[in-house]
Amino acid sequence: MPSKNKAVPPKTPLWARITKHQIIIPIAALLALALFNLIADPSFFRIELKENSAGNMILSGNLISIIDSGSELAILALGMTLVTAASGGQDISVGAAIAISGSVMLRVLCGNNSHPTSLQAPIIVALLVACLVSMAFGAFNGALVAFFKIQPMVATLILFTAGRSIAAWINNNELPIVSDETFSYFGNNIPGIPIPTPFLIAIVCFIVTWLFMKFTNISLYVQSVGVNEKTSRLNGLNPEFIKLMTYVLLGLCVAIAAFIKVSRISTINYSVVAKDIEMDAILAVALGGNALSGGKFSMSASVLGAYVIQFLTTTLYKFEVKATALPAYKAVVVIALVVLSAPTVREKLSQLSKKFRKKAPAAKAA
Amino acid sequence: MKEDSLLEMRGIYKSFPGVKALQNVDFTLRKGEIHALMGENGAGKSTLIKVLTGVHVKDEGDISLQGKGKVNIHSPQDAQKNGISTVYQEITLCPNLSVAENIYIARGKGGLVSWRGMNKKAQKLLDSLGIAVKATQQLASCSIAVQQMVAIARAVDMDCSVLILDEPTSSLDESEVAKLFVLMRQLKERGVGIIFVTHFLDQVYEVCDRITVLRDGQLVGEYEIENLPRIQLVSKMLGKELDDMADIKGEAQPEIDKSSTPVYAAEGLSSSEGIGPYNFEIRAGEVNGFTGLLGSGRSESVRAIFGADKVTGGKVKIDGKDVKITKPRQAMAHGIAYLPEDRKRDGIVGDLSVRDNIILALQVKTGFFKPFSKAKATEFAEEYIKLLDIKTASVNTPIKSLSGGNQQKVILARWLLTHPKYLILDEPTRGIDIGTKTDIQKLVLKLASEGMCVTFISSETDEMLRTCSRLLVMRDRKLVGELTGDQLTQAAVMNTIAGGEKNAE
Repeated sequence: MPSKNKAVPPKTPLWARITKHQIIIPIAALLALALFNLIADPSFFRIELKENSAGNMILSGNLISIIDSGSELAILALGMTLVTAASGGQDISVGAAIAISGSVMLRVLCGNNSHPTSLQAPIIVALLVACLVSMAFGAFNGALVAFFKIQPMVATLILFTAGRSIAAWINNNELPIVSDETFSYFGNNIPGIPIPTPFLIAIVCFIVTWLFMKFTNISLYVQSVGVNEKTSRLNGLNPEFIKLMTYVLLGLCVAIAAFIKVSRISTINYSVVAKDIEMDAILAVALGGNALSGGKFSMSASVLGAYVIQFLTTTLYKFEVKATALPAYKAVVVIALVVLSAPTVREKLSQLSKKFRKKAPAAKAA
Repeated sequence: MKEDSLLEMRGIYKSFPGVKALQNVDFTLRKGEIHALMGENGAGKSTLIKVLTGVHVKDEGDISLQGKGKVNIHSPQDAQKNGISTVYQEITLCPNLSVAENIYIARGKGGLVSWRGMNKKAQKLLDSLGIAVKATQQLASCSIAVQQMVAIARAVDMDCSVLILDEPTSSLDESEVAKLFVLMRQLKERGVGIIFVTHFLDQVYEVCDRITVLRDGQLVGEYEIENLPRIQLVSKMLGKELDDMADIKGEAQPEIDKSSTPVYAAEGLSSSEGIGPYNFEIRAGEVNGFTGLLGSGRSESVRAIFGADKVTGGKVKIDGKDVKITKPRQAMAHGIAYLPEDRKRDGIVGDLSVRDNIILALQVKTGFFKPFSKAKATEFAEEYIKLLDIKTASVNTPIKSLSGGNQQKVILARWLLTHPKYLILDEPTRGIDIGTKTDIQKLVLKLASEGMCVTFISSETDEMLRTCSRLLVMRDRKLVGELTGDQLTQAAVMNTIAGGEKNAE
């Protein structure tokens, strides 16, 4: 056994380590948003225990609404991070794929009857079937990218275009409604638990992802393929297969997000469900400080990025920005965030702060 | 300026930060000659060409052209205006346009084009040069050789007096090369001076009139082809005079038991990169080397062993058992490790940490579901950082911020960590400092004494003579000789590279 007091390299101070890490970007954004709200209207942070329409006690407030509505986005960000890291591109079909998985779920739950009084299949079966279908579509995207070397955005444009019509076709263009009450628990609240279920599902997803990354080599393999495909191949990896795998995993995330979406209102509208969510998911990855050209990634930074976006959306709603004007406001904030997090700007900033620090002691000495 | 010279370059100096690429280089091209520019990698050939074509601006020296006197060439356009044209290894034409369009692109005066006139003119030009292609054909549908000839035709039509061919033959097959040579001889008769850059010795002796040899950015000399036998050329390129080619090998290497089963044996191995078929075997404790000039196929042969290129045929035995190796993964499973020639492209995973780079190969071997804990990975990394004396701030430092030599050591550590039976090192000492070079050579000998077998490739022959007990000599992608024991001398190596006694005169 080596002695315990072996030479440990001098540890960099905690603060320096945090500021160097990419996670500083979403954290700073989150703090800035919180500070803004605190100054503008401290009541933003109020959380109450209220009775909902079904007679259950639930938590409500802006913060709760953020962690509730941000769940789908955060789950998608998990898969999108892997796809981005491995293939150096993004999947823009996740919104359409949610419509497909949701439609599959409704089809399994409702059968041929669009308004059945009882469930035609157990919920778990519907979820599993939706997962399989969604992963198959993921594999389709992944195969185009990995084996046919099509640019990810172009490859996934196919499903982006066709997805919502496929979703409508699965249910013969009808919008079935699930009448079973237990099904709606997953998108709202389980009686007796005041925390929104989507958030709980998201937490489970984070834990599973964390365990998956801890007990497999996925992180090393994906990053290695993303940084240098040639080297990876010479080290025995199969870059094509790894890329394909990330798209399949994103498919799994899509199915879970779709499950929450369907459960929220017991049905979905194929043409509007999860509209533009792909752009938010990509943004979450970017806000997390991950390079959109692939390579190194931080999963937790992406997840935080997703909640930053949701925080921003909720804040804007709070200030009664019209839904139609929302994207414009979002764009302004996003530009500011992305420019600030760009490596060149960060380098300049750190140079400035160094200069500032050097000047301060000099002034004291004088 | 002499009367018959087309181009004279005198006292050319060019340096880049930290490198003196050209020092006092002279070069003369005469009317109607094909002049080979020879030298190993880093000798300054391409820098000289780039100075001539205006890609780089020279620091010092004069360039004079026939009839124009001293000229200043500051850009490729300047070079073209002065009648200097270049045809590069990679085709720089537009594949989606027709042959005629490619010849006349960006050369019209007004905005209007007479398509018929252009096609007619192009066809006439092509016919006069004996290039069998229709002017209206799309360029992409022509073979690489024809595309290259079209590029030459374009240059000829621009009234070039100096034509530079930079490795034009490396992607051509034998019959295409022959056609190209016919065209080159034709141009020569018209009085065009051709500068021919190539790695293929046979081609130099087939078509050239004169040779200028560069080494380490300096002029070695200009020779008429009849006065410079191959062996002399090789020795001039490598910088070893035949006289001082004493055997410099140090301590005697251990005897290898020839009767033992080879650790690795290949029969008729060939790959998609044009290698082979060749036979090769290596036994435990042996260090062998592949040698030959650049482009001779020494790297491609070991890539075939590791399955890095597409293996197209051959039987492979590991410890006497038949195995199939078509992918790096399979080679690794059989205990083969391969340190690639191009460290930046094939070796490092730039953004990842030193630790991740060290454990990568072993983690692939252990499989997807068996990751090391961070502590374990750090332990492995620290062990090898100490063992190989890798200079890095910490295990978390991205490998790309390390110096070249230390990057190389990290990759070496990566493969040593997998405890291979057979280690292939392709140019492990290129571009690294002398201290690290000796470290790596010593390490190779130590590993071999512990029973590993090693293949060691280096452009520096004396380095190979010091470390290897057997040398396989490659020329033009074929195995042409094997040297062992007393044959391991600079002279013998050069002789074999140059093509045996028959050319030595």
